[in-house]
Formats: sequence, C-alpha cells, structure tokens
Amino acid sequence: MIKFFLMVNKQGQTRLSKYFEHVEIHKRTSLEADVIKSCLSRTKDECSFVEYKDFKLVYRQYAALFIVIGVDEAENELAVYELVHNFVEVLDKYFSRVVTSQIMFNLDKVHIILDEMILNGRIVETNKSRILAPLLVLDKMSES
Amino acid sequence: MPAVSKGDGMRGLAVFISDIRNCKSKEAEIKRINKELANIRSKFKGDKALDGYSKKKYVCKLLFIFLLGHDIDFGHMEAVNLLSSNRYTEKQIGYLFISVLVNSNSELIRLINNGIKNDLASRNPTFMNLALHCIANVGSREMAEAFTADIPKILVAGDTMDSVKQSAALCLLRLNRTSPDLVPMGEWTSRVVHLLNDQHLGVVTAATSLITTLAQKNPEEFKTSVSLAVSRLSRIVTSASTDLQDYTYYFVPAPWLSVKLLRLLQCYPPPEDGAVRGRLTECLETILNKAQEPPKSKKVQHSNAKNAVLFEAISLIIHHDSEPNLLVRACNQLGQFLQHRETNLRYLALESMCTLASSEFSHEAVKTHIETVINALKTERDVSVRQRAVDLLYAMCDRSNAQQIVAEMLNYLETADYSIREEIVLKVAILAEKYAVDYTWYVDTILNLIRIAGDYVSEEVWYRVIQIVINRDDVQGYSAKTVFEALQAPACHENLLKVGGYILGEFGNLIAGDPRSSPLIQFNLLHSKFHLCSVPTRALLLSTYIKFVNLFPEIKATIQDVLRSDSQLRNADVELQQRAVEYLRLSSIASTDILATVLEEMPPFPERESSILTKLKKKKGPGKVPDVEETKKERNSDMNGSTEPASVNSSAVTMSTPSTSTDLLGLGSAPVLNSVAPPSAGGSLLVDVFSDNSPAVASLAPSAEENFSSPRIGSTDVVSDDPAAAVHDADELVDKFVCKNNGVLFENQLMQIGLKSEFRQNLGRMYIFYGNKTSTQFQSFLTAVICQDALKTQLNIQTKQVDPAVDGGAQVQQILNIECVSDFVEAPILNIQFRYGGALQNMSVKLPVTLNKFFQPTEMTSQDFFQRWKQLAAPQQEVQKIFKAKHPMDTEVTKAKIIGFGVALLDMVDPNPSNFTGAGVIHTKNIQVGCLLRLEPNTQAQMYRLTLRTSRETVSQRLCELLSEQF
Repeated sequence: MIKFFLMVNKQGQTRLSKYFEHVEIHKRTSLEADVIKSCLSRTKDECSFVEYKDFKLVYRQYAALFIVIGVDEAENELAVYELVHNFVEVLDKYFSRVVTSQIMFNLDKVHIILDEMILNGRIVETNKSRILAPLLVLDKMSES
Repeated sequence: MPAVSKGDGMRGLAVFISDIRNCKSKEAEIKRINKELANIRSKFKGDKALDGYSKKKYVCKLLFIFLLGHDIDFGHMEAVNLLSSNRYTEKQIGYLFISVLVNSNSELIRLINNGIKNDLASRNPTFMNLALHCIANVGSREMAEAFTADIPKILVAGDTMDSVKQSAALCLLRLNRTSPDLVPMGEWTSRVVHLLNDQHLGVVTAATSLITTLAQKNPEEFKTSVSLAVSRLSRIVTSASTDLQDYTYYFVPAPWLSVKLLRLLQCYPPPEDGAVRGRLTECLETILNKAQEPPKSKKVQHSNAKNAVLFEAISLIIHHDSEPNLLVRACNQLGQFLQHRETNLRYLALESMCTLASSEFSHEAVKTHIETVINALKTERDVSVRQRAVDLLYAMCDRSNAQQIVAEMLNYLETADYSIREEIVLKVAILAEKYAVDYTWYVDTILNLIRIAGDYVSEEVWYRVIQIVINRDDVQGYSAKTVFEALQAPACHENLLKVGGYILGEFGNLIAGDPRSSPLIQFNLLHSKFHLCSVPTRALLLSTYIKFVNLFPEIKATIQDVLRSDSQLRNADVELQQRAVEYLRLSSIASTDILATVLEEMPPFPERESSILTKLKKKKGPGKVPDVEETKKERNSDMNGSTEPASVNSSAVTMSTPSTSTDLLGLGSAPVLNSVAPPSAGGSLLVDVFSDNSPAVASLAPSAEENFSSPRIGSTDVVSDDPAAAVHDADELVDKFVCKNNGVLFENQLMQIGLKSEFRQNLGRMYIFYGNKTSTQFQSFLTAVICQDALKTQLNIQTKQVDPAVDGGAQVQQILNIECVSDFVEAPILNIQFRYGGALQNMSVKLPVTLNKFFQPTEMTSQDFFQRWKQLAAPQQEVQKIFKAKHPMDTEVTKAKIIGFGVALLDMVDPNPSNFTGAGVIHTKNIQVGCLLRLEPNTQAQMYRLTLRTSRETVSQRLCELLSEQF
C-alpha cells in the first residue's frame, strides 16, 4: 500500500503531505527531512526508487518540485511512478498549468484531488475527469 | 502576489499564506504563525458568533499551519460544526480538517459520527462521498462500531452511484484493517466479488483493492474472484487502446487496474479450471508479446505504464512457478531490461530476476546473464542498483559459478559503498562456505575478506571460519600456514589476529617443523602485535600462549616470562590479569599430562545453522533470504560427511572472555568448559559447570582449592542421607526445565547432577553430569532411566552405563539419546544408586524431557496465523487456562520463556501489542502436530489467559499444563 504522499520543493520544504498510516506529528517532521535528504541528493541517472528503512520511496521531479511517495513491497514501483505523473496532469488540467504557489494557495483543493485518487493507501481512481468531478461541483456552488 | 486561481478566494487566507511564503527565516515564520494562532483563538473564543464563512477561513488557516508542520490543538469543535453544515464548501473543509487532524482516539468522534450518519443517509452522492472518505481516512474503532453494518449495504446496493461504491469499498478496506473483528463476513461477500464485473472501471479498481486484502485473509471465501479477475484482465489486455476511453493512459489500457488484477491473482495458486488457466496464460503471453511490439508512443509515460503491467505479469508468472515456457520468456525479457538505458528498468529487472533465480525452471536461464550482472556491479552509478546486482549474484550462485561470483564480489568489496559492505561480507562468507568443494579456497576467501574489509567482518564470520577449520582436519595444516603468512603483513586487521591466534594456538604444531615458522617465530609474530590490540583480542592471545605451552614445551620459559611481566600480571583489566595469573600458575604447577589434557585440541563443534545466515536473515528481515532452508540442508550434508557427531564436553580449555568467545559456539551463557577433570586427573578439579556468569577460565585449576573450601561443598562427615529425603519433588523440577535446556537438576551434600540437552525435531540428546562433591570415591555407581507405563511406547531412550567408580571431586557424564515416538505426558525417571563410605545411597529424580522439547519454531505472518487459528476452531482442539501470575509480569522475561518453550514468538501478529503469540510444530516419529498459542496478560489483575490450539487434544492439554506453570 501507499504509506504517504509528499510534495517538497528544492529547498527541502514540505509543501503538502498526506499520510495513509498514522504517524505522530513530531515524527513526521524528521521523517520528511530524512526522506527529502535521500531524494534530493540523487542525480538524474540514478533510479527513481530508493530503499528507505522497511519501505521504498518512489519519487519524480518536476522543475523545482519533488513528489515522493512511500510504498510498501506490495506496490508496483512503475505504476506508482506513473501515478505521480497522472496526478500532476490532473493538477495541470484543473489549474491550467500548475505552479508551486498554486498548490500552496489551494491546499484544500489539492487534498480533494488526492482523496479522489488515493484512498486509504490504495489507488482508487485514475480517470482525470472523474477525479475532478467533485471539485467542479464545488466551484459551481461557490460561484452561484 | 499571485492571485488565487479559482474558487471562492478567501482573501485573509491568501494574505496569510503569502506572508508565510515571504518569511525569510524559520523564526520569522514561527512568529507569524503564533500571531495568527492567537488571532484565531480569540475569534473562536469571542462572544460574537462566527458565520460559516469566517469559521471556514480560520479552520483553513489552522489546516495550513498544521501542514507546515506545527501541531494544532484546537479548532476541532469548529470543524465539526462545519461538517454538519449544509453548504458543500463548508462541509468539505470540515471533513478535510477532521481527516487530516483527528487521530483515532479523539473524543470528538462521537460528534463526528453523528455528522457522518446524517450525510450517509442524505442520498446526496457528494455528501456521502465526503462522509465515506472521512471514515476511510480516520477509521477509528468507534467509527467501525457505528458503520460496519451500513457500509457493505451501500457497497452492494443496486442503486448506489459508482463514485459512492468506490468510496465504500475503500472504506470497508480501512475498517477491515483497523477492526477486522467487527467487519461481518456474509452474504455481501459474493456480491463484492461480482463488482469485478462492474461496467465502471473505477468501481472495479476500488473493488480489486478490497478483494485483494480480504482474499489474503480468507482465500477460500473469495476463490471465485480468480475467474472473474482473469476474464476482466483478458478484456482489458485484448482491448484496443481507445476502447476504455478515459482509463487508457498514453495508449495503455487501464494500466493501474491491470496491475491490481495481477496482484489479486498472486493471492492464489494457478487456476485449477483448465479454461480459466488457458485464458490467463493467453493474457500473460499477450502482455509479453506487447513488450516486443514497437511502442505506440515515444513518450516515457507510455513505456512506463506498459512496463508496470509487464513487471506485474512477470511477478505472477514467478509466483505460479508452473509454466516453464513463461518463466523462460520472462527471464529473457528481464535480460533485455538489464541492458536498457533506463536506470529504473535495470533496477527492477535485477530485483525481479532475483526471485526468478530461485525457480528450478528458470535458474539456468538466469545464470546466462551472469556477465551482464557482474558488469552492472562494476559500472552502475547508483548504489541501489549495484545492491540489487549483489543480491542477484547471490541468488544465482551455485556450485558451477561460485568461484567466479565470490571472486567478483570480493573485487567489488574493495570499492563498495560503506553502507552495503557488511552485507556483502556476510554474503561472500555464506557462499564461500556453502559451495566450497575445496576448503582451502574457503579459508583463502575468508582471509581475503578480512584483509579487504576487516572492519565489516562481524564476529559471526570469523567464529564460523574457526568452527569449520576445527571440524575439518584436512584443512588445518593449510589454515595454519595461511594465517601465519597473512600475519607477516606489517599492518593486519585485528580480526585476522583473532583468527590467526586461535588457529595457531590449536594447530601451530602442524607448521612448526618448518624452520621459517618455528614455535618461537610463531610466538614472536603474534606477540609483536599484542600491544596494539583491544582487550578481548589480547585475552584471546593469552589463551593462545597457554596453548603454546602445551604444544611447544621448548618455549614455555619465554611464555612464562611474558605472562609474568607486570604488564600482564598487574594489568588494569581484570580479565587479562586473571588470565595471566591463572595461566602462569597452570603452566608452573601442572604436569605435562595434565597440561596435555586440559589444553587438548578443541573437539569438533556441534553442527548447527550457520550463525552468519542467522545474521543475514536478521539484517534482511524474514522472508528475504529465500534459499535458507536449502542452504542449511546442503551445508549439513557437506559437513556431516566428515565430522563425527560432536561431543561438546570432552575435556578442553577454550578461550573464554565473557564478552566475545563465550558465544563462539553459540552456546549462550553455558560455558564451553564442561568437564575439565576426567577421572584420571585425580579428583583435584571440580568445576561448577553451570554457574551462569563466571568466565569458565576463572574456575580452572588454580581456583580449585577455593572451590573446595566454599560452603557449597558438603562436608565429608556426612555419611549417608536418608534415601527418602533424596527423592525430589519431581514435578517442580521438571517445570524448572520446561523453558531451558541446561542447568543443575539436583544437588545435595554428596553430589550434584547437571544437565545439558539439545533437541532437533523428534530427536534429542541429553548430557547428564554426575559430580562427586566429596573427596571419597563413590562405588558401584549405577544409573537407570525408567519409562513407566504408556511412556515405554512413546519415548525411546538409549544410553550407556557409566563407570561404576566415581572419584572424589570428579565429574562423569552420561549421554542419553532420546527419540519421541508419539506425544506423551509423563516424564522418565532417573534412578541413581551408589555406595558412599559403605552406605548404600539411592535417589530418583524425574528427567525434564517434556513434550515441548520437540518443538520446531514456525515463523508466520499475521494472516497465516489467524487463518490457521480459525481452522483449529473445534472445541477439542482448543485448551484455555486462566491463571494468576506467579512471577512479576515482565514482558522480556515472558518473551524469553515463550521462545525457550520452543515456539517462534510472532511479533506484530496480535492486534493487541501486549499479547504474545507463538507458533511451532511438535515433531514425533509418528505424527507432526502444528501448534498455535496465544498468551494474554492482564497486568491489572495480575492474571494470564493462555490459549493453545493444536490438531490433537492431548497435545493441546499437555502443552497448556506445561506452559501455564511458567509465568
């Protein structure tokens, strides 16, 4: 299963984090620092999967933004790797070309998107228009 | 400041976020946050009721602050208010806050549950989804109690919207994870399985996750999912890339769903139904074929998605391990990936091939890639890829390529990353031992290991080489010569010195004939390094020196001079000082005969699983060293071919420091020194073998006098004990030994009876030591082991009679060979008779041979455990006992006892961490009985509840009786 989902900038600041297993808040900070350190230090020709303690990190870089997903051995690394891209494409579609600041200003929306895609550590929906459906309802309501 | 792109734009929030973004330092950020928190707090506490919008804004800010990594301890009430609102925007923020911030223990759950209940009943799919997401995210026990009954209904109801079904499936999955006991199985299960046929792929995706998890726990109940999954997979795989519309990702039809379906199929063996099986094989072939077709897109997303499915298909092929044709094709495909320019693919191919190597059908095919893998080891820039290459080389190693692989690994070790050196060292050591045809090669390899990566050679590795050299006399001369040469290097690693010291101390005589390695040269060589070593090594070298005194009487004086020097005799380290004093004394007072006996060559070590393998397993976690069993068998046959069954207690002095070498034999705290004085030694040495902590050497000859004057030794005035008084309360005695194998069985003023025993499967060997505590000889010493009544047919015990005379102060041993034929209850009785000072002594004790001694521990996962637990549910299979604690309830002690009882202690199996669970198999000649146990302590009441389930009532009964007396 997927254990956590992190969005981190190049300076190592967490921009979004979602945990699918309960982790104490003070442990989160050190876990994130650790995870970020092990991903940021890697070069382009190193592989996108990092063994970390008893699970694996799958990460992908978009300009200054890193997306890191922690998974256990029951996940398919490439599938998770592409899930990251699918997620970014969903953001792109919603925000029409997403930039990091938009993620910060719209954390709640990003969380909704994430909730539609991953629930309880499992991939639940991959179809972009269905992922965005509840958000569009939301937007329509606030406009009216 | 960038504008909020969409939505209702809470201005205050946007300003706050920009402020935070503009903070130059962490301190500034914290200051800004604290200001905001104070503001929000005052707003929430204020007299003025807040409107929904303001509440939402502040809760949003709190959420943001939390996501920045600051703990938030208020605002929950407002969030609960929001989620009860009828406005979707407010409700949504309320749920989000609760999902992210409430942990399972919050008391608010009751209020939240109320809101959820309303939303679930609302029939509004958007609201229902929010509520279900919240349950799936929080999933506390209270929620499980409130909703487990409703959710299956929502999931399988015909009129439920697709998106709600998806959420309900994952919700149920969560509740099943946190409160499995509450989720009712029943008629809904078959309908869940049919969701695999749902026309909506989103529903199928969610349902597959749920079914996979449930099927792992309950394979039987979800068996029908196999054929449904196969047909669904087949439809996806053969569809044109446009058929599945939005579920097609870069021309790959539903890649994530395909992966999940393939995962689900890995919960089951190959389908029994020929048609289903044929269809699955077709699917797998299609997937393999597609990999060879030209890509439909140049985008990396296309090939990644395609390969994700391909790797999962290969996993399934390996899991089934039944179609040689597919296995070989999979292997060839992975072979192509090994040379792919994408690092990710090379990594995954190496990883996947590692599991393929253990299949008999593809082992040979994997081996053909050896050069590529070795090349990867040399050229890959990424340490995790190189690590995978090491793993694969380890997995593909067999007798035919062992020399090449070990050589390459040693090569790589010189430049290997520090993080993986220790593991490589372990692997090299294991392979070298496992596939050694020629043991000189093995010795060379280990010495090379120490030379190249001495710091990473753990104790287990050098202990092992010594065990092997001692057990194989054909390699002893060569080893002595090789270590001697290796020690010539101006700087050599301390581990080399340890091995060298030990081996020369045992076998230095084999090379002493050569003037270049005469005794004195050997001694000087070792002693030249002595002062640079740590205390344990120096202690070991002192033992080498005393052994030299025996091997080479001509240098005795030189060695005595060294021992006598102030730096030894007055060493600040008490262990070194004691050794120097005792060895010096021993060398001056003992006759050559006694020296020769005391310092005799080490007897062969008993065969046991290599401690290195144990260590590697520990490092990698259970299940990651796939061929351990095989290794064990193979190695045993290797070693036993040439070694007599070892006897651990022939007289010998071992090198003993409390910190290191006592563990050399893996005997734990039982000292290796068992019977220092054979009867011929004139009864001057009686050693308390079983004292737990004294270093064995401390009780060597020089301290024997002390031993005699110690109050524990009975006075010689006592002529005879009343025989009746000598019969011990035997049950109590037996209880004492249930969880341990060694110790003092019986002691009175005349004699002490000690025990050491070892058991493997249905066989056991027990060493009984009879120590004469007086200074007078026992005459007509006679022992008998009696199996009464039914026990005669249940246990076979064979032994040889001991010498009828036991000298004063001497110790004699008797070996019992025990075979367990079927399960039993009673204990055999040991009868002892002898004459002491003219009076006939007679005593009998029960021997602690109990049923649990024939346990072999079984590791299993939580799922397996509970599955088997359920299978053993018949009333006569379970025995339960509730009893008061007789000892302080210490978790560690309890764990040790359960392990001592013989079962595997299973961590993380029981949902309640304070409970203990164990599993093992009782081996008897006639049957094997699997046994599961669970011990639930109640510290408040100082009580335990012990439950045992086995397939045999008598076994459950007996084990429960035995174990319940231990706590």
